[in-house]
Amino acid sequence: MEYRDYYQIMGVARDATQDEIKRAYRKLARKYHPDVSKESDAEARFKEVGEAYEVLKDPEKRAAYDQLGRQWKNGQEFRPPPDWDAGFEFRGGGYTAGDAGAHSEFFEELFGRGFAGPRGRQERGTFRMRGEHHHAKVLIDLEDSFSGATRSISLRVPELTDDGHIITRDRTLSVRIPGGIRPGQQIRLAGQGGPGLGGAEPGDLYLEVEFRDHPLYRVDGADIYLDLPVTPWEAALGASIKVPTPAGSVDLKIPANSRQGSKLRLRGRGLPGRQPGDLYVVLQVTLPAADSDAARTLYKQMQDQLGYNPRAAMGVS
Amino acid sequence: MSETETSAPPVELIDEQTTFTLAELCRYCAVEAELIEVLVEQGILEPVGRHGSHWCFPASSLRRTRITLHLQRDLGVNLAGAALALDLLERIDELDARLRAISR
Repeated sequence: MEYRDYYQIMGVARDATQDEIKRAYRKLARKYHPDVSKESDAEARFKEVGEAYEVLKDPEKRAAYDQLGRQWKNGQEFRPPPDWDAGFEFRGGGYTAGDAGAHSEFFEELFGRGFAGPRGRQERGTFRMRGEHHHAKVLIDLEDSFSGATRSISLRVPELTDDGHIITRDRTLSVRIPGGIRPGQQIRLAGQGGPGLGGAEPGDLYLEVEFRDHPLYRVDGADIYLDLPVTPWEAALGASIKVPTPAGSVDLKIPANSRQGSKLRLRGRGLPGRQPGDLYVVLQVTLPAADSDAARTLYKQMQDQLGYNPRAAMGVS
Repeated sequence: MSETETSAPPVELIDEQTTFTLAELCRYCAVEAELIEVLVEQGILEPVGRHGSHWCFPASSLRRTRITLHLQRDLGVNLAGAALALDLLERIDELDARLRAISR
């Protein structure tokens, strides 16, 4: 198993006071809280920081941890020396915050057993408790909302074994993504959460859907936006052109005198569902390069004949 | 240990049209009705209909309740603070969406 440098994780010195550790924890907990943070590794960092604090906030655990020595590096292969914890007593120990199964192997090995053992044994047989609800995010593609899809989802599930240990089990679940789903919506899988204790029913699994960024489309609620490059003459004179949509290409009529940024709405071509969204085509007028004599001549003709000044309203001549 | 389940279990889509009764919300969030009532008093949840068993909670209530509980548990935030955080988080999501739209 890998050594965890809890001081490095918390960003404090090895001789930091308990108050300094508490302040560092509060700051990091706010920064990486998975419901608040926008950082992609927020959840992992939050758990890591929680685990470090679990040890460093408790003087007994901290002393036991310090006694392992300072020669270890974060991530280094580590085996605890025999009787490493002799003489220490983890008062009120074990887990005080968050999910027990969220801790690293390192933590479980050093601080986990004393807690889980007796409690697990005492409660078996007499104690019934419904399993926990589990929450996870699932990334899908825009196209999956049109066709519906089945996604394999890997979950790490903490589990209490018969002898009271907590182990983490990898579980792969095949989940049907219903067509018409939108970003931020949730899927509920009844009975697929944590197992119940003492024969009670299991909890539910909630999956929050996010869409992967798409090279062409962006999604806003049920609506889809597509930036469509057009030539100046298509925008000025009008044209009928082929436009990609997630459900296949369609013919789109661009009205004459369309402008840069004009939005054309294709009703009902957004995400499907009980109330399908719309597809908005946003025109992006692109200029051909003046890289030939012919092109330069044409631009020169426009300059001479159109008398166009886009800065007329700016009060400069 | 690893296990793979090949058959897909039944799924239930929670979309904007989904609403919950008080009993459903309690069950789905694994909380007591008293807590939900407190969240309504704080304006964190906004059910429609008459108080109690006639209450009808919008789909977003699930997420708002969960985030409130997490902020309380993990950061020691009180309910007024959680209400503020939820509003600000929603605002950030809106702004993020707008930013994404213009920065492409």
